[in-house]
Amino acid sequence: MSNDNTILGAIEPELADTIVSSRRDVFARYAKAAGIMTSAPLVLALASNQAFGQSLPQQITDTLNFALTLEYLEAAFYEQGNKSGIIPSQYRAVFRTIGQHENAHVKLLKGVLGSAAVKAPGVDFTAGGKYADVWENFDTFLTLSQTFEDLGVAAYKGQAGNLMGSKEVLTVALQIHSVEARHASEVRRIGLKFGWDGAFDKPLSKKAVLAAATPFLA
Amino acid sequence: MQSKTSLSRRHLLKWAGAGTTVAIASAVLPNFGISAALAAELGDGDIGVLNYAYALEQLEAAFYTQALENPFGNMQVNDQRILQQIRDHEIAHRDFLKRALGSNAIPALEVDFSAVDFSSRASVLGTADVFENLGVAAYNGAGQLISTPDYLVAAGSIVSVEARHAAAIADLLRPFSAEAAGRGNVDHKGLDKALLPSMVLPKAAPFIVTEVTAATLP
Repeated sequence: MSNDNTILGAIEPELADTIVSSRRDVFARYAKAAGIMTSAPLVLALASNQAFGQSLPQQITDTLNFALTLEYLEAAFYEQGNKSGIIPSQYRAVFRTIGQHENAHVKLLKGVLGSAAVKAPGVDFTAGGKYADVWENFDTFLTLSQTFEDLGVAAYKGQAGNLMGSKEVLTVALQIHSVEARHASEVRRIGLKFGWDGAFDKPLSKKAVLAAATPFLA
Repeated sequence: MQSKTSLSRRHLLKWAGAGTTVAIASAVLPNFGISAALAAELGDGDIGVLNYAYALEQLEAAFYTQALENPFGNMQVNDQRILQQIRDHEIAHRDFLKRALGSNAIPALEVDFSAVDFSSRASVLGTADVFENLGVAAYNGAGQLISTPDYLVAAGSIVSVEARHAAAIADLLRPFSAEAAGRGNVDHKGLDKALLPSMVLPKAAPFIVTEVTAATLP
């Protein structure tokens, strides 16, 4: 790890702190998963969408279930939003496409996890009344959409280290991660913002992601 | 842009005492001469992956720098502001990777954008679209090759910004379209592409004069 100072020193301090703290996490858990290499059945399972949840290391199952929970949340949000009638016509293609992707992510992760998959959570997109007009006010809908997409990007990024034990699962997670980033950029654009907050996106810990998502889980 | 000759001479001088993994192609290729293209070998393991990313970021940074130095006719403020931000991000990525690599970094690559019509908005944005999506697929495919968790998080912090760029460029080409949310790059499983270096480098090669080799990367 002699390059630590070089690579971390080059990133802005806040990100470097995040990386250092997430790395401790990663090392503690990665040690358990070390040596577990993905087998051929896993590759086949990913290719065919057959379930193999029971044969995955616990750390990977937990991480994928965490991701699945977020995908359930996003899929339900766009399912409802695309039916709500509050999306102006010029933006419907964007939100319909995003909704299709989130549904595909749910299907993929459920397929990979099989019987180990968690059930869809109950949702409350008003967050107990804080966003009471989410289905009447497009600006509120847009705010939540950006929140969920940016949160998804940070969540997948924060979990990447926990998937290093399986190259195939890690790659699939990265392939979802960048799709969420495309969504985040375009949703921000609709909100008349730039699609980013800077040159480097920050990861978020599982704890921080859950804290942000919990108000929307019923 | 510096001329090929002065770049070559500078690199010869720089490499003479550097003792890096960089190979000087003129020593082994038949077209030996002062302006012979130099080769850059990316190297092994994490260094190889970081050099690979560094090569792609060099290409992107040089492209946007040139596009903004030679703005296409009637460049609108919206185009300009987005292209400037993307340029600044790519420069930040390039410089970050260079610092992270230290003495292991490949040299500055000589680029060739003669295929791009910088006076044409469609040509510039079309090329940007190619580069951003290639970058996303490249980082997604390279994640599994990284051994050090820190580097994986750093790569993750860059790739999602590349995906945000890809969406922004798609939006400039077709505002608020399904493509701006990823259609055309995202498959029916909701996944972005993931390509290995051996598939990415040939796509980048037409824009890079310096021969980039990856002897040990898949």
